[in-house]
Amino acid sequence: MIKIKNARKVYGEEVKIGPLNIEIPKAGITSLIGPNGAGKSTTLLMIGRLLNMDEGQITVANMDVTTTKSKDLAKILTILRQENHFITRLTVRQLVGFGRFPYSQGRLTQEDEKIISKYIDFLELTDLEHRYLDELSGGQRQRAYVAMILCQETEYVLLDEPLNNLDIARSVQMMEHLRMAANELGRTILMVMHDINFAAKYSDRICAMKNGQIVAFGTVEEIMKPDLLSEIYETKIDIIRGPHGRPIAIY
Amino acid sequence: MSKHAMIEVESDSQPQFSKQNTKQKNKQNKIFTLPFILALLVVIILGVISLFTGVYDIWNQEDGWEMFFITRVPRTIALMLTGAAMSMTGLIMHLVTQNKMVEPTTIGTTEWAGLGLLTVYLLFPGPSLVLRMTGAILFSFIGTMIFFLFLRRVRLRTSLIVPIIGLMLGAVISAFSTFMALFFNMAQVVEAWFIGSFAPVQVGRYEYLWIIIIVTIIIFMYANRLTIAGLGEDVATTLGVNYNRLILMANALIAVAVGIVAAVIGNIPFLGLIVPNIISMTRGDDLRSNLPWVCLLGMGTITVCDIISRVVIMPFEVPVSLILGTIGAVVFILILLRQRKSRRLR
Repeated sequence: MIKIKNARKVYGEEVKIGPLNIEIPKAGITSLIGPNGAGKSTTLLMIGRLLNMDEGQITVANMDVTTTKSKDLAKILTILRQENHFITRLTVRQLVGFGRFPYSQGRLTQEDEKIISKYIDFLELTDLEHRYLDELSGGQRQRAYVAMILCQETEYVLLDEPLNNLDIARSVQMMEHLRMAANELGRTILMVMHDINFAAKYSDRICAMKNGQIVAFGTVEEIMKPDLLSEIYETKIDIIRGPHGRPIAIY
Repeated sequence: MSKHAMIEVESDSQPQFSKQNTKQKNKQNKIFTLPFILALLVVIILGVISLFTGVYDIWNQEDGWEMFFITRVPRTIALMLTGAAMSMTGLIMHLVTQNKMVEPTTIGTTEWAGLGLLTVYLLFPGPSLVLRMTGAILFSFIGTMIFFLFLRRVRLRTSLIVPIIGLMLGAVISAFSTFMALFFNMAQVVEAWFIGSFAPVQVGRYEYLWIIIIVTIIIFMYANRLTIAGLGEDVATTLGVNYNRLILMANALIAVAVGIVAAVIGNIPFLGLIVPNIISMTRGDDLRSNLPWVCLLGMGTITVCDIISRVVIMPFEVPVSLILGTIGAVVFILILLRQRKSRRLR
């Protein structure tokens, strides 16, 4: 479980995030939605200990993210930010292999090699495993990074806009993979999503944020309501029912 | 055709698959591959050529062999160690700053080392080599740290502005050194330092370069962590690497290597730029498996340059930094063009 207690982050007079209080249960996919500047990424980064909070406490599986050693956290929690622009010339396999670093410190055992192969296959990168990252398309590279963090075999997986810069087909493919990671590998996934329909289709829970506050947290059905979404995004949003009775936001 | 099909079948069936991985692992970890042995041979041959290149006739003079051991052997060893040191520092800097254009001479580390040398000369008249080295190491550490801190403040890691700012910073430091040198009548110190040359290397004047072996071992121990640093601070932290401590460590290693070379040999430009970039293009950025290659190519390149510097206006010598600077500038431009092209493609 991810517990956030009174977490606050102040970026100056105007911009304040929090105090945030939420308990995100284990297992399944939780999406963070909300307009730009709502504090979604800040929240995710604070949980992932990539950003220090000014006040409050965050625990993941009862480990305080600010006081627990980074090395130990690396075995229960992993976070992937939006793609960075510098591209190291590593092969896909080498990159995914670094996901084993918290366990092997770089000296890969036979066991590690098997795990690496498993995740390369899991994200359908088998044919690309000896290609360099800078020879891949954006979507393939994103998949390689996701393979790396899954290869870390942590219970909690945090993703900051995993669909950023992906086209529809790649987005669907990525979400299917993440859904599989949650269902078959039992990972708890928390991610920042921009597309509410993608969030609605693939998440178990949605947490909506606005102006640095958590506005609503609940199941997809509870959040996908026209009034609530219209208020959050300050835009008229209607909900219709899709082919399988799923809620679809129209804006 | 049938063979191709067989390979496919092999990689599909599970037990064979793990076998294939083992093979792959061996391939990755094995250093002594055929190309590496060939490259090693080339470097050894270059070393031998270096041993027998020079004006002094070691075959026919009476003290020929004595001279051989007093100057030629130390010079060749110094070349090898310096070549390895400068290329390794370049490689580490590329990873840590995530910028392929950064190396000790493009971000001012070398200029800081020069300032350190000068400061030592000013504070302690007739300083020992240890003192000079300490000064150079200390100042390179401070200088590189300032640059790294600056880089972390402003996020322009990917841009070409990074080396430009580095060069500017270096120019300021270098100008300050020159001013100080002129003011205190020490111009010859700066000049002798700036034109790095292996000509004065002889027994008793180069031995501290052996410290570079220790630096190499430490770099090898930290190889995986440094490669992870190349993936950025966030990825490093996620993987449980203490990024700040690692940067400090990398910086210390760079400072020690650059400081020693600066004190013993002088300014060796561009080697840290040429060598790691060539290796990165051909072999990728995995530091652990590349380190032996980087060392070897560094040794080879500087030895070739030094042999040229000894031969080109025989019986005189030009400083090796001149040759390296010329070749380095060309490679620098080539990398620039290549980078711009690939960016446009993306």
